[in-house]
Formats: sequence, structure tokens, C-alpha cells
Amino acid sequence: MQCIRLEYDVDGENFSSAGNASESVKRTLKQMGVAPGSVRRVAIAMYEGEINMVIHAHGGKAVVEIYPERVDIYLKDSGPGIENIELAMKAGYSTATESIRSLGFGAGMGLPNMKKYSDEMRIDSTVGVGTTVFLRVNFE
Amino acid sequence: MTIRDVVRLLDAEILCGEEHLDTEIHTACGSDMMSDVLAYVKDQSVLLTGLLNPQVVRTAEMMDMLCIVFVRGKRPEQEVIDLARSKGIVLLSTEKRLFVACGILYTNGLGG
Ligand SMILES: Nc1ncnc2c1ncn2[C@@H]1O[C@H](COP(=O)(O)OP(=O)(O)O)[C@@H](O)[C@H]1O
Ligand SMILES: [Mg+2]
Repeated sequence: MQCIRLEYDVDGENFSSAGNASESVKRTLKQMGVAPGSVRRVAIAMYEGEINMVIHAHGGKAVVEIYPERVDIYLKDSGPGIENIELAMKAGYSTATESIRSLGFGAGMGLPNMKKYSDEMRIDSTVGVGTTVFLRVNFE
Repeated sequence: MTIRDVVRLLDAEILCGEEHLDTEIHTACGSDMMSDVLAYVKDQSVLLTGLLNPQVVRTAEMMDMLCIVFVRGKRPEQEVIDLARSKGIVLLSTEKRLFVACGILYTNGLGG
């Protein structure tokens, strides 16, 4: 099966550039003629994940595999990890600082949004080692 | 209404995107929390906000929004204006506060 594989370094020191990878994926899917609704779901889910890598985990790597009928996204960081994934998934739960909040993030809606806009989501996390988030979005 | 009507109703300054002023818009949302915008917005074309950082433009881009209105007379840095221009997003700045600006647009027929 043909698959397009894209890889991005997500810079953890630069809040301004957070979203570059998601934007590039969005552009690629659009150019490939994927339905706009599906493109938006991928863009939002990946963008929230990318923001999380920057504000919670000092950046990391994003690998995106585009198949004819879906996208698989792996967001991998070597950050602090998530101690209680169930708690982290709760809408409104956030450990973000006031300075992050003042930038418009840290409402504790990122992981719930990723869940909402993806068809499959898995979080593998080890405290002190890092976190990998897997997202799958099936095209309409 | 069109984006040109928003400019008139809010007495707004156009920061970039003059060429898109005749684009039709039907709905808007006002928020300072970008995750809320990403969570609840559906096909809204205008974002009103008091935030000025580049992630406001990126959030609008992810949602396929057409126009951002900065309230309380705020203006973002040139970097943010350039980012919006490169994405074809119109940036406006109004002296009005968020609540008032949203109210004016709502009263004049823009939906939520
Ligand atoms: N990549 C990550 N590395 C470490 N912790 C994370 C990561 N992603 C999320 N978290 C934790 O999960 C919480 C909830 O995440 P999220 O729902 O995106 O809300 P927010 O980012 O607004 O805090 C975060 O506050 C953080 O404690
Ligand atoms: Mg988040």
C-alpha cells in the first residue's frame, strides 16, 4: 500500500513556531484533495498535540503517515511524562502555568479535543522518560 | 454580511488582507482561550479575541477562519501580521471591548 511519510522536529523552546508541523500536514492533505472536514480534524488534533509537546515536554518529534483512507500521527517526546493518563484526559484538567494560560492555552481541553477529533487515540507515557501519543483519523 | 461590514460596524483598522474584504461571513466567535475555539467552533469565519500571539493566527488557520478581530485597540507584532498575510487571513483592530464588539456584530445579523 502506498503511504506518504512525513517527519518533523517540534522545537520545544519556541512557542511562536508551535503548529508549524500541523500546518504543513494540513497543507499537504489539502493539496492531495482530502475532504475539508477530514483535513480540519487532522489539523486540530495534531495541533493540540504539537502544542502539548511544546508547553509540557520541551518539544519532540512528529511522524505522520498518510494512507489513501486515513492518517496516522505519532507525537513522541522525551519530556516529564504523564503520571495519571486518565486524569490528564479529563476536560479541564491542566498543570499549565499562568503564563501559558495567558497565551490562550492551558484550559485542559487539549487531550479531550484530540480524542474528539480523532478516530483512535493512544497515549504511552513513562514518568521521567517521555510520552508518545498516537492519533488516527479516518477520512470521511 | 461581508468583512467590509465588520470593519464599518466596529470602526476597525485593517492590519492586513485588504483584498479579502468582500468575502461573505455568517458566523463568529469571541474567546481568549484557543482550546475552547478549537473545541466548540464549527465553521465560524471570524474570531474576536484579546490575545495577540501567533497561535491566535494558527488557531484561526486550523479552523479555516477568514478574519481575526483584535479588541480593545490591541495590535499584534509585525511577525503576527506577516503570518496572517501569508495565510490570507484578514486582521482587524478595534477600540471596542470583546463583549461590545461581539454584541454589535450579533445585533447586526452575524450568528454564533
Ligand atoms: N506531552 C506531554 N508531556 C507531559 N505532560 C503532558 C503532555 N501532554 C499533556 N500532558 C499533561 O496532561 C495535562 C492535560 O493536557 P491537555 O488536555 O492538553 O491540557 P493543557 O495542555 O491545556 O494543560 C497537561 O496539563 C499536562 O499535565
Ligand atoms: Mg494541551
